[in-house]
Amino acid sequence: MKKYWHVINIGMQNNLAYRVNFLARALFGLIPLMAMLYLWRTIYAGKQDDAATIAGYSLAQMMSYYLIVQIVDALTAVNEDDWAIATDIKDGNISQFLLKPIDYLWYRLCLFTAGRLMYLAVAAIPLTLFILWNREHFVLPPSWMQFAVFTFSIALTALLQFFMAYAMAMLAFWVLEVSTFIFILYAFEYIASGHMFPLDILPAGVKQALFYTPFPYQLYFPVSIYMGRVNGAELFNGLCIQLFWVIAAYGAARLAWSRGIRKYSAVGG
Amino acid sequence: MKEEHSTFNIQRPTPNEEPASASAARNTQHAARRYLSIYAALAKNSLAREMSFKSNFLLWIVVDTLWFVMQFCFISVLYIHTDAIGTWTKWEVILLIAASNFIQQIFHAFFMINLTNLSELVRTGKLDFLLLLPANTRFIISLRQLDLGGFVNAAGAACVMAYAAHELQLHPTALQIGGFLSLCVLGILIHYSLMLLLASICFWTVKAQGIVWGYYNLFNIARLPDEAFKRGAFKMFFTFAIPMLLVSNVPTRVLTDKLTSPGQVLLLIAMGIFCVILSELGWRVSLRRYTSASS
Repeated sequence: MKKYWHVINIGMQNNLAYRVNFLARALFGLIPLMAMLYLWRTIYAGKQDDAATIAGYSLAQMMSYYLIVQIVDALTAVNEDDWAIATDIKDGNISQFLLKPIDYLWYRLCLFTAGRLMYLAVAAIPLTLFILWNREHFVLPPSWMQFAVFTFSIALTALLQFFMAYAMAMLAFWVLEVSTFIFILYAFEYIASGHMFPLDILPAGVKQALFYTPFPYQLYFPVSIYMGRVNGAELFNGLCIQLFWVIAAYGAARLAWSRGIRKYSAVGG
Repeated sequence: MKEEHSTFNIQRPTPNEEPASASAARNTQHAARRYLSIYAALAKNSLAREMSFKSNFLLWIVVDTLWFVMQFCFISVLYIHTDAIGTWTKWEVILLIAASNFIQQIFHAFFMINLTNLSELVRTGKLDFLLLLPANTRFIISLRQLDLGGFVNAAGAACVMAYAAHELQLHPTALQIGGFLSLCVLGILIHYSLMLLLASICFWTVKAQGIVWGYYNLFNIARLPDEAFKRGAFKMFFTFAIPMLLVSNVPTRVLTDKLTSPGQVLLLIAMGIFCVILSELGWRVSLRRYTSASS
């Protein structure tokens, strides 16, 4: 266990070198967010009714949705881990992990955790300021209990994001260029996880269909817990399904690795 | 990357033996022909390169199409809940997104990879080789590689535009279409000028992986209807500093008869000229910062 703490520690120090990069990322990320908030404001203004709601969202709730998405995204999004894993495989760097008493998946998870913690440390400042600036449109979770479940769900989301990205990166065992596949998955994630808009504004049938995929549990689900839109038995079931997807993604990651390693020929390693 | 150097085995210009008083027109003509032949060689090389990774070439087209389709999903879902964004109706916004994508894809076809590779050239010092070539360095770094996938995607965007125009029952005059296309060219130049400035940051920071990411965050604003933004700092910034709210909005307005005043067109032209001049100045200042590497 101790060795993994070392990995986290080293990962944090490595990431410290990218603090300016992280800050730029966090700041630039606010631009599309602002654009989206303006777009929704204009749409609500067109309703000519101050109490207008869209799919049950008031303007403040809609804006809070995007702000919370930004926070969850900062905490859980896979940044460059998938590329790094694919490169490790392609360049034969994983050979050393086959010899060392360290598991590559846990090693990578530690680096991912370190990266997210560092990113959060940097991004927290602009994000907090931005939310304060928009505070009149920022709603708080209905209860502390809801907030606690929200944080728990975020942890599951982070694991789900990571395991899915890891499984995807395993494609590098079979194909040379994985970036296209990563982008295709990312496109689906972007729309189906609720990054672009709350899934509630979709036609009911489409929304229901999406809940048979892991995507909503990558982002939409924890945000909807925060917003107080899932409660009671529904909340409990949702968490169970989210946990199920985490385990499934973990299984897929492990399986892909063990299959891939049989094919692995240690190019250049 | 050995192939890169072979790319430039282009005939060196024969020293001009004519007296200096020879007509300037002939010189420009000569230069134009020379650069065209250089470009033809570059394009041929890019084609050969793309065709050696056929499946990858096709997959990138899939990726771009997917992101393009997603935009329409977003707009279609939005318009379930509203009839208009400002005065923009659903098919007008679809036309706008397609126009914006058209401009962006043509820009990608000619310039994007080259500009994103600039930081790598600076970091590794490979820019040395390009500086030594007997051709304009800015020309070479901007147009080395031609991304053919961009043209395929641009054709897709043109089809969507045609369909949206059909839905809107538009019958644009030849003047409107000509104006639209010229403004698109201007938009491409603005994209190029601003991206060159953005990419030139690498002369200061050396590592600049964030550039592509910054590009998408800044430039995707162009897809949104300008009326989604009320007057304020944000709108001012994206009109007068980074004119993304003009680049595809104005041509679309020309095509859909939504132009409120000719001032909008003039503003876009003025901003275009401003960006082009600024990028040339920026490029010169940046290049002076170059100190090569490892040699």
